[in-house]
Amino acid sequence: MTAAEIKSLISGKFAGIIREDGEDPNPFIVIDSGRWATLARWMKAEKKLLLDSLHCVTGYDPGAEQALEVRYNLFSMTHRHWLEIRIAVDREEPQVPSVEKIWRTADWQEREIYDMYGIRFIGHRDLRRILLEDDWEGWPLRKDYVTPRTYRGMTVPKDKR
Amino acid sequence: MKEANIPAPATTGGDNIFIGTLDKLISWARSTSPWYFQFGLACCAIEMMATAASRHDLERIGMMPRSSPRQADVMIVSGTVTLKMATRIERLYDQMAEPKYVISMGSCATSGGPYWQHGYHVLKGVDQIVPVDVYIPGCPPRPESLLEGLLKLQEKIRNEKPLSGKK
Ligand code: SF4
Repeated sequence: MTAAEIKSLISGKFAGIIREDGEDPNPFIVIDSGRWATLARWMKAEKKLLLDSLHCVTGYDPGAEQALEVRYNLFSMTHRHWLEIRIAVDREEPQVPSVEKIWRTADWQEREIYDMYGIRFIGHRDLRRILLEDDWEGWPLRKDYVTPRTYRGMTVPKDKR
Repeated sequence: MKEANIPAPATTGGDNIFIGTLDKLISWARSTSPWYFQFGLACCAIEMMATAASRHDLERIGMMPRSSPRQADVMIVSGTVTLKMATRIERLYDQMAEPKYVISMGSCATSGGPYWQHGYHVLKGVDQIVPVDVYIPGCPPRPESLLEGLLKLQEKIRNEKPLSGKK
């Protein structure tokens, strides 16, 4: 299916869900987090879409005072078409429905995004930090992250003044 | 007991008798068999493996890998020490039996390497948590450099006086 067909199929089923769309370079749509889980389950099962492969989940911080973002890169093994989903997330209370039960590969990817950006994936069955220690403070890949001076008594910055 | 039948050492031929101070004998024995702790942290570990493999062959200088800290004499810190790993390295070092030695291999272990400025998660020098005997520069050090460092360590061990207590 072409990008335009995919988009009209989606907006036919979920009226008003697409807030923005474009190509960058793959076709993408911007949606609200509210109906994301329902849309995801439908997109995977719908015969004409069959978006059964979640290639990548990305966290994104555009910088100062702007909303965080989560991006999903979907692919259909049968129809060989792509779609990228973008969801803006509030910086103060970042929450997105988890799709870990729909595409199992989202499990660790969502955990990594939680680890790096502090975005909480609601409904994830095991949302813990994946790379950093459990007692780590802050979200390192956010633009406003400040490197700690010490961690468990060890000096972190190179200059030890 | 049939002690009388065992020949006295002097009669077995001069070749088998060693005379020296016990201090020297012990440090000679130690220096020629420093077993190293087998664990790798990052890209430097690949170079350490290459050093242990057939071309450079660490066993010809008496070094063989041990998978338990209890059996190891030398810890080769081969790579990036993240803060998460640093906690583990400290514990593994404590589990090693005395005498124990540490080699800081590569610029990461020595000073943070490429992560010295923006590595929020990297310890800038393993000497912050364990005492280091030999530093080996390089990113990564070639097997030749690692060998040189290990020979330097053997030299250091050989000059120790374990019984009289002087280092
Ligand atoms: S010093 Fe270089 S080669 Fe060694 S672990 Fe660090 S980055 Fe890798």
